[in-house]
Amino acid sequence: MAEESKAREETRPGRAPHRVVLATLRNYWRGLTTMRTALVLLFLLALASVPGALLPQRSVAPELVVDYYNDNPRLAPLLDRLSMFDVFGSVWFAAIYVLLFTSLVGCVVPRCAEFVRQLRARPVLTPRNLDRLPHHHRVETDVSPEEAVAHARTVLRGWRVAEREEDQGVRTLSAERGYLREAGNLVFHTAMLGLLVAFALGELFGYEGQTIVRADGQEFCNSGIYNYDSFNAGISVDGTNLNPFCVRVDGFRAEHLPTGQALQYHADLSYQVGDALETGEWSEHELQVNHPLRTGTDRVYLLGHGYAPRFTVTFPNGEERVKNTQWRPVELQTMLSEGATKFDPPGTPDEEERHRGQLAITGLLAPTPAYDGTLLTSRFPALNEPAVAVDVLRGNLGNDSGRGQSIFEIDQEMVDAGLLERVARENLSVGEELELDDGTVIRFDGVDDWVSLQVSHDPAQIWVLVASIAVLLGLSLSLGIKRRRVWVRATPADPDDPGGRTVVRIGGLARTDQAGYGEEFTRLAAELEPAGRSEPPADPEPASARAHGKDT
Amino acid sequence: MPVNETLSVYSDLCYAAALAVFMLGLLLHAAEYGFTRKPKQRAATPAAGVAAGGVATLDRPEEDSPGGAVGPGVRDRRPLAARLGRMGVALTVLAAVLQLASLVLRGLATSRIPWGNMYEYIAALCLAAVVAWLVVLRRHPVREIAVFVLLPVVILYFVAGTFLYAEAAPLVPSLRSYWIIIHVSAAIVGSGILLVSGMGAVAYLIKSAHERRPERFRNLGAKLPDLVALDRLAYRTAVFAFPILTFGIICGAIWAEAAWGRFWGWDPKETVAFISWVVYAGYLHARATTGWRGVPAAWINVIGFATVVFNLFFVNLVVAGLHSYAGVG
Repeated sequence: MAEESKAREETRPGRAPHRVVLATLRNYWRGLTTMRTALVLLFLLALASVPGALLPQRSVAPELVVDYYNDNPRLAPLLDRLSMFDVFGSVWFAAIYVLLFTSLVGCVVPRCAEFVRQLRARPVLTPRNLDRLPHHHRVETDVSPEEAVAHARTVLRGWRVAEREEDQGVRTLSAERGYLREAGNLVFHTAMLGLLVAFALGELFGYEGQTIVRADGQEFCNSGIYNYDSFNAGISVDGTNLNPFCVRVDGFRAEHLPTGQALQYHADLSYQVGDALETGEWSEHELQVNHPLRTGTDRVYLLGHGYAPRFTVTFPNGEERVKNTQWRPVELQTMLSEGATKFDPPGTPDEEERHRGQLAITGLLAPTPAYDGTLLTSRFPALNEPAVAVDVLRGNLGNDSGRGQSIFEIDQEMVDAGLLERVARENLSVGEELELDDGTVIRFDGVDDWVSLQVSHDPAQIWVLVASIAVLLGLSLSLGIKRRRVWVRATPADPDDPGGRTVVRIGGLARTDQAGYGEEFTRLAAELEPAGRSEPPADPEPASARAHGKDT
Repeated sequence: MPVNETLSVYSDLCYAAALAVFMLGLLLHAAEYGFTRKPKQRAATPAAGVAAGGVATLDRPEEDSPGGAVGPGVRDRRPLAARLGRMGVALTVLAAVLQLASLVLRGLATSRIPWGNMYEYIAALCLAAVVAWLVVLRRHPVREIAVFVLLPVVILYFVAGTFLYAEAAPLVPSLRSYWIIIHVSAAIVGSGILLVSGMGAVAYLIKSAHERRPERFRNLGAKLPDLVALDRLAYRTAVFAFPILTFGIICGAIWAEAAWGRFWGWDPKETVAFISWVVYAGYLHARATTGWRGVPAAWINVIGFATVVFNLFFVNLVVAGLHSYAGVG
């Protein structure tokens, strides 16, 4: 049957196949741009964001995604295939917002045209019978219709008005205000579109990288991705042509409460940007949390800090090696830190030999030590005679094993394979040393600070701000401004009636937010009454009062 | 910056007093329900209706008539229910004053803005909700839904004061920015007003369920204000709060740019705020769309408020994110 009707449609004169396709497309377009569809898409958008809040996201916390995999080994791969760990970069999320914004464009463009048309048109004709409007008022007066309308005009200053003449000397005035409401509405929706575009540009051309820099004068230069510990590149950023600048961390201070709570971090920064890179001049900046360094193209942030214990290893042949690898805090309140400082034995080109003699100093660092027996803990985050509790391991660190190596940990698989053995365990204060069985001496020299910095680059973010402000402005206008219409009709006295007087009828219509118009209309109607009005009309229930009553 | 212990103790005392006064006010409002006669019964006593007088008050004759009723056999006094209700409102005002005192003292004790952890945030949010409610009450005759608004406020206030209580302390470094004044207060005021809006929507849903089938919510439904008034209350408050919510989110983005290096990063808090914003945008659109007005719109409003509450509790306490400033545990 469907076939049949289709056939008939195709054979109908003037219904060429391409017209059918066009009609179908037009219908889809109309369907997409209805408010109903937009609403459904809005809710889909909200619904689609829910997993983004409930499940760990790779873009936010990749380590939590790994945890989730470990906790739910069966479910996680399934969720991953649905992009549940990358909701906001997923195809289906993009599909929803692209449809939503297409629908928005389809709605806003015709409304813009309609709005322009309205702005050009005069306020609508006065309805024939004003008494039928939801708000209306009638008064008799001695002034002429012209004067009554002229008076109304002065009262309705700021409204768009149109004065018209009808038969038999009847004068009318149509007035409308609140056009800014629709303007705000259109600005809001257009700005949302602008927000999306600016956001997308940021995703294309922005980048973000983190790095750890010791606060002992170590330098960091934004010359390539390899200088970073982690780097998130925008879609069209390949890591070359980063904006060149260098920073040097000269010092670090932290303020703490007696409870150990941090008050503020300060990093003394020197930086070079632009021409200064050539001349070698350094500018100074005190970097604080919430106060990034803005170089003009990039921003440098202080994200956190930690400690790097400094060890000197004196090998049996008398050679010394000094290292201050950063350790990571495990307790933020006390800055108890853990890590692994790794050494290669000196002068051992032979791989086998080197693999027997590599050293790792691993364990805990307490900035303000407290001992529970020999167990080291920390009481306070600032440095007060710091101490370390270290295990020294000797053997093959697994640097060439092909597995990724953490700078904070030793390779547990090497320990399990018996290739890396513990040769000492001791607590050391600053200046103390321990000696290994082969005569190697390890001295704990002190502690340096390090800071973790983030470099961010987003050329479009200023446009995001501009669009956001437009969003807010448009929103406030479109929700705050009310559209009102009011009409006045002044009918001259009947010349045959000697006691006749001019009748002024006032009608009002709220185009939005009707609820509030009652009192407003009553007030307005009173102002619109021309001077020299007579007794209120003999209406048993005054219209304005009725309108008022309906509203309260 | 030392904490002034004395002021902090006085702040806690004001908090406890505010909670007690709140509960008493809530009880009075509940009693108001109990003593309100159903409209049907009232219709059977025409004297009261005439005394209250006029079309405007026919829906709610127990509303205080100016100068008192002068019907035969009716004493020159307000009905008991109305008197209880007015006492309830008076106590709510008193509680709001105590709440304000508690917050101000906390701010003075710590020399900072008094919304730096979850306890203080909820305390401020409750104050915002109560103030919003009192303002609404001056403009709309909807005292009947006092219990709807005050019950969640009292529960929140109680939960904050007991389970989430945090000692007065200075702020952590990441919160040391003037944006905390702007961003967090916008969130507080917005959420507080949305609480009133959401509870208006709940009352709307109960009333409309009752009107469709009078045996449902037989007692409660009959005593609620009419649907138009409830819808207007929910809409007006939402329209007022939505730009504030938007402003709060934008300020949050500006602050995030200065503190975390990006203006938007889909942190759980940001994500749920985004969801709330989209839902409330949906509410405003739904109310202008045929077929979505009334009950569906009210449901959307309730869902919107549910996401706000979810953001407050679940994201702060369960999900680990950058916004973990709850200061509990």
